[in-house]
This record gives sequence, C-alpha cells and structure tokens, in this order.
Amino acid sequence: MTKKKGLLDFVAETTFIHILFSIILGFAVGAVFLAVMGLSIGEAYGRLVSSVTSLKGFTYVVVYSVPYIVAGLSVAFSFKTGVFNIGAEGQFVMGSIAAACVGILFGNLPKILLIPMCFAAAMAAGALWGIIVAFLKTKWGINEVLSMIMFNWIAFYLSNFIAGIPAIHSDGNAEATKNISSNASMLFSKEFTKSAGLAPTFNWGFIIAIVITILVWLVIEKTTLGYELKAVGANRHAAEYGGINVNRSILTALAISGALAGLAGSLQLMGMGNRISVFSSQEGFGFAGIVVALMGCSNPFGVLIAGVFYGALIYGGSKLNLVGAPTQLINVIVGTVVFFISISVIFRNLKYLKKTKATGTKSGEAAK
Amino acid sequence: MTNFINELGIVLYATLVYTTPLLYAALGSCFSEVSGVVNIGIEGMMTAGAFTGTVIAYFTGNPWIGFLCGGLAGALFGMLHALATVKLGADQTIAGTAINMLGPGIVIMIAKVMFNSTDTVPLTATQKIPKLFTGLFDTSTVFGRFMDNVFATYASTYLVFLAVLVVWFVFYKTRFGLRLRACGEHPQACETLGINVIAMRFGCVCISGFLSGLGGACVTMAISTQFRPISIVGQGFIAIAAVIFGKFRPHGALLGCLLFGFCSGLKVVLGGSSGVNMQLISMIPYVVTVLVLILFVGKSRVPSANGKPYIKSK
Repeated sequence: MTKKKGLLDFVAETTFIHILFSIILGFAVGAVFLAVMGLSIGEAYGRLVSSVTSLKGFTYVVVYSVPYIVAGLSVAFSFKTGVFNIGAEGQFVMGSIAAACVGILFGNLPKILLIPMCFAAAMAAGALWGIIVAFLKTKWGINEVLSMIMFNWIAFYLSNFIAGIPAIHSDGNAEATKNISSNASMLFSKEFTKSAGLAPTFNWGFIIAIVITILVWLVIEKTTLGYELKAVGANRHAAEYGGINVNRSILTALAISGALAGLAGSLQLMGMGNRISVFSSQEGFGFAGIVVALMGCSNPFGVLIAGVFYGALIYGGSKLNLVGAPTQLINVIVGTVVFFISISVIFRNLKYLKKTKATGTKSGEAAK
Repeated sequence: MTNFINELGIVLYATLVYTTPLLYAALGSCFSEVSGVVNIGIEGMMTAGAFTGTVIAYFTGNPWIGFLCGGLAGALFGMLHALATVKLGADQTIAGTAINMLGPGIVIMIAKVMFNSTDTVPLTATQKIPKLFTGLFDTSTVFGRFMDNVFATYASTYLVFLAVLVVWFVFYKTRFGLRLRACGEHPQACETLGINVIAMRFGCVCISGFLSGLGGACVTMAISTQFRPISIVGQGFIAIAAVIFGKFRPHGALLGCLLFGFCSGLKVVLGGSSGVNMQLISMIPYVVTVLVLILFVGKSRVPSANGKPYIKSK
C-alpha cells in the first residue's frame, strides 16, 4: 500500500521546474553521445527542430502525438487513483484490434454511425482488460503488476490471432488485417491536406484528444467519482473508513483507465495506421503513455503538452538518420529525461534534510 | 512411442534452453526485490548484457569473456539504478522505466555506429557458449537419442541451476542472506543493529544487474547467434512475473521460470507439427500463470519495505 502511496506522492510533488530541468539534462546527455560518436550536435539538434517546426512537420507531430496523449491520460488517471497501470500496453492493443474488427466488418455503415461504434468497441475492449486485472486483484489478491504484464502479452497474441482470421485478414499477402472501411477513417480529405500543405495523415484525432483531456480533468477534479478515486489513491484505509467502497473504486479506476488506453488504440488505427499488422514485438504505445504521464506530472493538461512533446521527439527523431545520427538517440534522451525525473526527488529530500538539521528533529519519518 | 519419446526429449531440451535466461534474470530480480528495491529495469539490463556479451565474444573469440562482460554491462546499469534509487531516493518504478529505455537505446545506438546496422554480426560456433555433452550418448538407441536431445543444451543452463542452489544457500543459510532479507523487511531495525542498509541495497541491485546481464547474454550467445533489437522482448518482465509468482524466493522463481520455459518449449514442438494456431499456443504461458495464481498460489507476500526509499536517520 505504502508503495503506491509513495508513487502518488511522488507524482503529485513533481513540478514543472523538475521536468524542464530533466529535459535540458536529457538533451545534454544526448549531446555527449553525439560528440562521442563524432557527429555534429548542432546539425543533429538543428534537424530535430527544423523537422518539427515546419507546417507540414508540425501537423505530423500532432498526428503522432494523439495516441501518446490519450495513452498518457490513461496512465495519468491510474496514477491519480493510486494504481500503476503498466497494462496500458495491452489495453491499447485490445482497443485497436476491436476498433479494427468493427471498422472492417461493419464497413458499409455511414461514417456518423461507424466511427462512434469503433470508439465504443475500443473503449469496451480496453475497459474489459482493465476490469479483469482489477477483478483478479480484488477477488483473489493477485498482484496487479504481474497480471498486467500477463494480460499485455495475452492481448498481443490475441490481436495477432484475430488478425489471422479469414474475415479480418488482409486479402493480399500482407501480414496484417484488411484496411478499415473509409467510413471509419478520421482523415481529412486528401484535397484539403494537400492544398493546405499539411501532413497527408492529418486527422480529427487531435480534437478528440483535446476533448478527452478536458473530460478527464473534469472527472478527476470536479466530480464525486473523481474525489472518491483520489481518496482511495491517497489512503486506502482512510477512504474505507470514510465509507468509500475501495474494491469498487479500484475496479472503476482501472475500467476508465483501460477505456482510455483502448480509445488511444482506436485513434491510432483510425487516424494513422488504417490496419493492424501482425506484431513481432510490442509496439510500446502503452509504455510511452507511462513516460508521457510522468512528463506531464499526471495533470491532464500537462499530459496534453507532454504528449505533443513526445510526438515531436518521435517524429523529429525519425528524421535524424538524414544527418547520419541514429534515431535511437531519441530513446537515450527520453530515457535520461525519465531518469532525472525519477531522481528529482533528491531536491525535496535535500530541502527536507536541511530543515531537519536546522530544527534538530529526527528525520526517520522521511523513510515512510 | 519412439516418436513420442523423441519429441519429449526435444520439449525438455527447449524447456531448459528457454528457462535459462529467465532464470538468471529472475535470480537477479530476487536479490533486488528481497533487499527492498523494486527493479523493473531488468529488461533494459538484459538488453545491455545481450549486446555487450555478443560484441565482446565476437571481438575476443572467447564466449566466456563475452558472457562475463555481458554480466558486467548489466551490472553497470544496475549501478545506475542503485545510484538513483538507493543513494538518491528516486522513485523505484520510474527509475526502472528509465533504465528500460536507456539500456536498449544506448546499445542499439552503439550497434548502429559499430556495425552500421542495428544487428550485430552472427557469432561462429566457437564464439557461442559451448554445449557440454554433445556426442556423449549413443544416438542409435531410443534412450540414447532421448538423452542426447535433452542434454544438447548449453553450458550456461547447467551454470544457472548451480546458481539457483548458490543463491538459495546465500539467502537462507548465510549471515549475509539474513541481513539482506532483513533490509527488505525492516531497514530501520537493520540500521540500529549496525547493518549498512544503503551498502547492502546498493550491492544487491548491482548483483541483480549482473545476473540480468548474464541472462541477456544467454539469449544472444546460446539460443541465437546475434544481437538484434528484438532479442530481448519481454523476457525481463516475465522474469519479474516469475519472481512474484515464486513469492520472492529463489526456488519459487525457479518453478515460475520452468513453467514459462516449458510452455515455450511446448510451443516449439506443437507449432511445427499440429494444426493448432501458433498465436493461441503462444498465449498458453500467460494464461496458465494467471490460472495457477488463482488456483494454487494466491496472494504474493511482498517484502514489507519493498519499494520504499530508505533515508538514513541522522
């Protein structure tokens, strides 16, 4: 219990300054690696900046960032309620394959009906994946981190299995599903994106991401449900004493978090992917969601900004090989950022130790 | 019947081969978790070990030097994790997430610079970890074939089973082990008895990195012959799952790893011969784990100070 409380406290206390500092250090470490490899730092970072600041580049960034934002919201929501949703990966996969099935099998339905149906299917599938884990935890006390790792892989293989079913599988030789019906696609018309000079995959997803961000903020901050979930996250026993049904809260929290991750999966599919490939390794959107949630201090609006930042790194990073720098540099930078976010706690501890030294009180409590 | 015995031999062989890397990593995870530090960075440490082991073996031509260096590379990332979590009081889950990004990020970048590809050059037979008992059994008899199949596994496999015994002994029969376990249960009490909790935990996380690195090296130097970005995909997390499954005890983790290894082995044999869908077969280990937990194991008792940063009292 205290373990989760620690994480929650941690997330709550991480501030914008820590994040900014960590990002600067991340780029500094990236620069060191570039220098060691004998590459020009200015050229590489210049490329990174120039590829995301053009109109076309920026619209690509927006397109890339949509699934990261929503997956980040999923994880941030779970953080707020005291659960570490490492299972977002599986929920994302379930959401995308569910949306793909609906988008392929009901392709004849009009857009206005089909798109909401795809979203609904994705959210239901993601929520189901969250609920199963919550149920295993509340009913049999099974460690949720363990079962989430298991269900990530079950989702992975289930998605591959479904992609292989003849009704879903691509008609051609591709190891993937059929393309979803154009009625399920959220792309802007080709003529529009071309004439405006935007990325060809520019789509409605970002509006949905913004709406979801506001909704999540409203639920967490302005509703009784959000209050109850936060209370459970902050102190399970106190919440129970206060008359909150803790088991039901965990179930609700993971269902909502799962639904968000599932929605992220459908947004990726209907905005960009258009079909689901047979995976050979986990795609990592859910894990990216963890990073985005951390960089966004688990605040919905912070997550929105962090998601765009992450999308920019991923898109800009894919252009790094044009100047001879490995794209993996981005992972090193992001990893360093997360690393420094994790140790930003030291500044608070320093402050704490100073204070206790001054007053002479015992600091044993700090270990709690 | 002959055919069945033959296939049984292959399943057992595959079980041993796939269990090995998981078991190294799981033993590593035991060290870290039991001393009170959550280490979800196992995956990143394995990747570092996998790459370093292969590259060193490629350049020196000696698999054992490579294997050892794989472990040391893992230990280096273990040290980074220890620095953050033990010395600086970082959140352990987040630091582990960082390690999982940094490990693969750094080694794949180095691979790209060294080999101009994300894959390393495949190892030759003499650069790989050797098999110990090939040609020992008479393959003309059914029993001989069976034994030959089972014992066709690599030296690293025998080593890891030895390591389980050693770790078990260290944990439960030595003073160091008692102190280690106490650090994960009640660090304050340890400190009052004069045990240096910080040093104990720091050491344990480094050991955990070392063992994970060895596990990673097994994947690329025994099962396969080269490092690729998809060499380590989820084995680190499976190892953690096996440890939780085994209630944070080395012998429990052994059972967990064997379960996963056996299911993977079954996959190899069934996948080739039967008409059952490969994807569904691949799902078996994960479904079985959940079922076993529900039916037999139940609640896993986490070391009580696990995950809490320890700040020394003044």
